[in-house]
Amino acid sequence: MAAAIYSLYIINKSGGLIYYKDYGSAGRMDTNDSLRVASLWHSMHAISQQLSPVSGCSGIELLQADTFDLHCYQSLTGTKFFVVCEPGTLHMESLLKYIYELYTDYVLKNPFYEMEMPIRCELFDINLTQAVQKDRVAFLGR
Amino acid sequence: MQFFGGSEISPSPPVPTASGNNGHMIYMFNRNGVCLLYREWNRPLRTLNAQQDHKLMFGLLFSLKSLTAKMDPTSAEKGNLGVPQLPGQGCSFHSFRTNTYKLSFMESPSGIKIILVTHPRTGDLRDSLKYIYNLYVEYVVKNPLYTPGSPIRCQLFNTTLDQYMRGIA
Repeated sequence: MAAAIYSLYIINKSGGLIYYKDYGSAGRMDTNDSLRVASLWHSMHAISQQLSPVSGCSGIELLQADTFDLHCYQSLTGTKFFVVCEPGTLHMESLLKYIYELYTDYVLKNPFYEMEMPIRCELFDINLTQAVQKDRVAFLGR
Repeated sequence: MQFFGGSEISPSPPVPTASGNNGHMIYMFNRNGVCLLYREWNRPLRTLNAQQDHKLMFGLLFSLKSLTAKMDPTSAEKGNLGVPQLPGQGCSFHSFRTNTYKLSFMESPSGIKIILVTHPRTGDLRDSLKYIYNLYVEYVVKNPLYTPGSPIRCQLFNTTLDQYMRGIA
């Protein structure tokens, strides 16, 4: 059972898209659409907290649709990392936490990176691709 | 459902997996956004008044359906974001989970949306939603005193629904 990641998004605390990577889906989006989708997700995440029947809701963590699953991780500072993957893919939460670590190491500690701006850090890209590929290879190897 | 005729038209209810007070609320909307039913069994926190709450819920679902249709990784040809989708058109979500609740959603081909808000560790409730839809058909739609598009005021439907919810969550 191949468990594939279709795409990854990172949005800043205001809801603006700062990183978008597509790993080969038929539904690849152009820049404008990916920006719109990211802002829409930011708003939906906030609205879902309003509709909670008990207090202490921190937003949507998993969205299950017919053809894909969407896992979302929100850091304490409000930066959201979400990944679109095949339904039933496991270990996405730990992958998202690992991507957050890569973000802190290769993006936030980069002195030339401006906060809340689109990410243009080569080392981040390289390590991210390795992390995602490792996941894919690990599953295919079973 | 043998009470209503010979043919087995509705799926048999799924086996109850947990007992207790895990079901929080249920909403039912028709295709125009009219809230047909809202019942709550366990809701300690209410942030908005009832009208606003229903509108917010309907709006959230509309936007989420638009989002999933656009984000569908398996189809290349999609409309623009925000274009209203017909029931069944485009990829639709069936549930989402937060740390405090799980929302399960089902839309019938006629545009009747059923939403169940439960404990976050509840399993897949798609079959339960189908069963609730069948309860709606039997107790509400077939009721000659019910006008389609108006809020549901059928006592029998409410009691059966409560009983069913106590059994599954």
